[in-house]
Amino acid sequence: MLDLGEGLAVAFKVESHNHPSAVEPFQGAATGVGGILRDIAAMGARPVALLDGLRFGEPDDHFSRAVDGVGHYGNCVGVPNVGGEIVFDEDYASNCLVNAMCVGLLPAERVVRAKATAAGALVVLYGATTGRDGIGGASVLASAELGDDDADKRPSVQVGDPFTGKRLIEVSVELVERGLVRSLQDCGAAGLASSLSEMAADYGIDVRLDRVPQREEGMEPWEVMISESQERMVAIVEPERLGEVEAVIDRWELHRAVIGEVTATGILRATWNGEEVGAIPARLLTGECPRYAVAREPRTPPSETTTTTPPARQALRELLASPALRSRAFVTRRYDQLVQSRTVRRPGLDAAVLRLRPEWRGIAVTLDGQSRLGVLDPRLAGQLAILEAARNVACAGGEPIGFTDCLNFGNPEKPEVGWELAEAIEGMALACEALGVPVVSGNVSLYNDTDGRSIPPTPVVGCVGLVPDVRRVPRGWREGDAILLARSRSPLTFAGSEAQARWGSLGGSPSLDLASEGALVRYASRVAQHASLVHDAAEGGLAVALAEAALWSAAGAELDLEDDALTLFGEVGGQVIVALPSGDVEPDPTGADVEVRRIGTVGGDALLGIPLAELACAYEGEA
Amino acid sequence: MTELRPRIAVITFPGSNDDVDARLALEQLGAEVVPVWHATTELAADLGGIVLPGGFSYGDYLRCGAIARVAPVMGAVRAFAADGGPVLGICNGFQILCEAGLLPGVLRANRQLEFLCADVTVVVESDGTPFTAALTPGEELVIPIKHGEGNWVTDPALHAELVERGQVVLRYAEDVNGSLDRVAGVANEEGNVLGLMPHPEHAVDPLLGPTGGVPLLQGLVAAAHERLAGAGVA
Repeated sequence: MLDLGEGLAVAFKVESHNHPSAVEPFQGAATGVGGILRDIAAMGARPVALLDGLRFGEPDDHFSRAVDGVGHYGNCVGVPNVGGEIVFDEDYASNCLVNAMCVGLLPAERVVRAKATAAGALVVLYGATTGRDGIGGASVLASAELGDDDADKRPSVQVGDPFTGKRLIEVSVELVERGLVRSLQDCGAAGLASSLSEMAADYGIDVRLDRVPQREEGMEPWEVMISESQERMVAIVEPERLGEVEAVIDRWELHRAVIGEVTATGILRATWNGEEVGAIPARLLTGECPRYAVAREPRTPPSETTTTTPPARQALRELLASPALRSRAFVTRRYDQLVQSRTVRRPGLDAAVLRLRPEWRGIAVTLDGQSRLGVLDPRLAGQLAILEAARNVACAGGEPIGFTDCLNFGNPEKPEVGWELAEAIEGMALACEALGVPVVSGNVSLYNDTDGRSIPPTPVVGCVGLVPDVRRVPRGWREGDAILLARSRSPLTFAGSEAQARWGSLGGSPSLDLASEGALVRYASRVAQHASLVHDAAEGGLAVALAEAALWSAAGAELDLEDDALTLFGEVGGQVIVALPSGDVEPDPTGADVEVRRIGTVGGDALLGIPLAELACAYEGEA
Repeated sequence: MTELRPRIAVITFPGSNDDVDARLALEQLGAEVVPVWHATTELAADLGGIVLPGGFSYGDYLRCGAIARVAPVMGAVRAFAADGGPVLGICNGFQILCEAGLLPGVLRANRQLEFLCADVTVVVESDGTPFTAALTPGEELVIPIKHGEGNWVTDPALHAELVERGQVVLRYAEDVNGSLDRVAGVANEEGNVLGLMPHPEHAVDPLLGPTGGVPLLQGLVAAAHERLAGAGVA
């Protein structure tokens, strides 16, 4: 949670729902969205944006079902989906990744902590009833490898009900807004067991499991304790407030029950019809849980071999039309991008921008990850995941203020994966230091293995940036604008690039100059305040970025660029395209850390010799 | 002289999503918005208009609008409409009005069987409703749609009658969802009840996109104003 000034704060977090989505893509993705929404609502924040990171083998039916699931939940609860990333790569064919991020807003003084605050307070469960669905969701699915018996795991996938989810959000926000609860906690992975232990850590809770509203008969106490039935929330309520709390819940017609009370014992104790069925010092489940040292074994990446790209025009057309880089409109149009009337910049380029109405300030939001690079150098992948998220936000006119991360990795009991995990985290930390921006929340998804094979290390990073004035957000380059290229000192390379994936074989040792990359992010954010367009060159390199800018703006450009494959299609080294009215171009705005040079002028209806209509055809494909 | 702000009710069903957006848009256009909860059975006497907003009332379970049509508040909505009061149903509100029998036709799943969020061009076909009185037939408005079930249909005979009587008020310039005759919005015979799938409340602020919703909502505000003036309330 971060202070935005003017009495406003922002809460945001990304979470994975990979294994449920691998087993049952629609419900897996839907409940991923539902879970992150409740996390944000539990902080007392009203969810204002969703983003999703989807990584699949190919744009097939499995993928489409996951998109349906994301849209089903988000559209129905009335929270706009404004971006994210979609990656198709064979490495995710049997272990897809579904990462969901939610951003919420709240008054700065309203900070709710998920802790019980006084002995004698009541524990109130509200929302849906509890059933046998999703039992073992966290253990059967999230903490084990996938394999041939995945279909048998379907009963472990949670089932979402966005209508109840919507009412749960409304109740939760109202309870916090009116100061009726001491704290809230979402019932997520491991159900009551997890949420109660987090709340009981400092005090202790006695819970009467028989009082939990159940949707089927004959449930065992342990089933009630760990059921992952969706759309449930736990509140800690002072006894004198109970009547008001119940009235709010009843107005929205949700189930509710007082299921226990806060004690001073430090013990999480469960009873069933008055009989003790379990007790454990709550701290053993939270801060004092067992820790494991993970064995780490570095591996050497394959060295770089020559990547021979086709002639520039052909290469650009092929890249734009590839599943990896083509327009994502065929997915984003399946999501409500507009509800809540904040969306100043819709998804499609770098980051979306939401207005903090009634103010003119806004937030820029993005979700972006790395994977192929992680195979070569997980530390560098961690760095680049942070840098790209920051650049995306900066290009939309935001000053990055915080990150959230989702670490999707293989089985950490394998020393190589242990090493990948440690390296990626270290890389992210270094990049954050260089930017001076913190990571404020996150989630880890391990055991992403199928039949013994791990996914590539995949750090996915969400970023929120503060936009000083949404009326100045760059909208598109205009006829006659000067086009500048701002570059960091990090070298361009084919190592880990789209070009290498397509026309070479994965290998090499790319590198980053973090000080220079930090300066590039700051330059982009500054220049975006008066530029007509700022756009980050990411997958596919400079040529693809120029084409994206031209298509977004519906205007071509006269460019003066070397016909050199590395210049046009190289990646990793930070590059940002800037379009400015010619009169506004400053001679040397940044000093030595960032090189800025003019590469052309906006005009015409072609780019690099290809008519825009042809580029659009490649990029958009058939509708 | 104080500005007269006609009071317009925006009804919130559990699952309504665009109720806040409708309030913001109507306030921007000079109305005073009265939030009304679905469980309400009586509406204020000095109401100039009613909006049934977009969203997923009651989760759209059973069928879009099928549960909302029997919500406690709907009796008062019917009475208001029967009395000639302007009622605007947007998206889910349109679905509810069709289910309630206040508007003809039904809304099925989009031809693509997918939810669709996009700016679309709609053509004004009739100026015979208060919502379109200030517009000229043939005029084009750009307004976003965002729905999974906006594919309007009715039987051919009724459709021909509706066209004849000017009840087809808005058409998509191009087919977007399979809707019969590209119908985007229809009115009742009297013209005081209009349902449409596009979201005019999401097309009033140039900062957020196109502004084709302004004249339609202005039409509602003007009609609300007139009704109150006629009743001597304002």
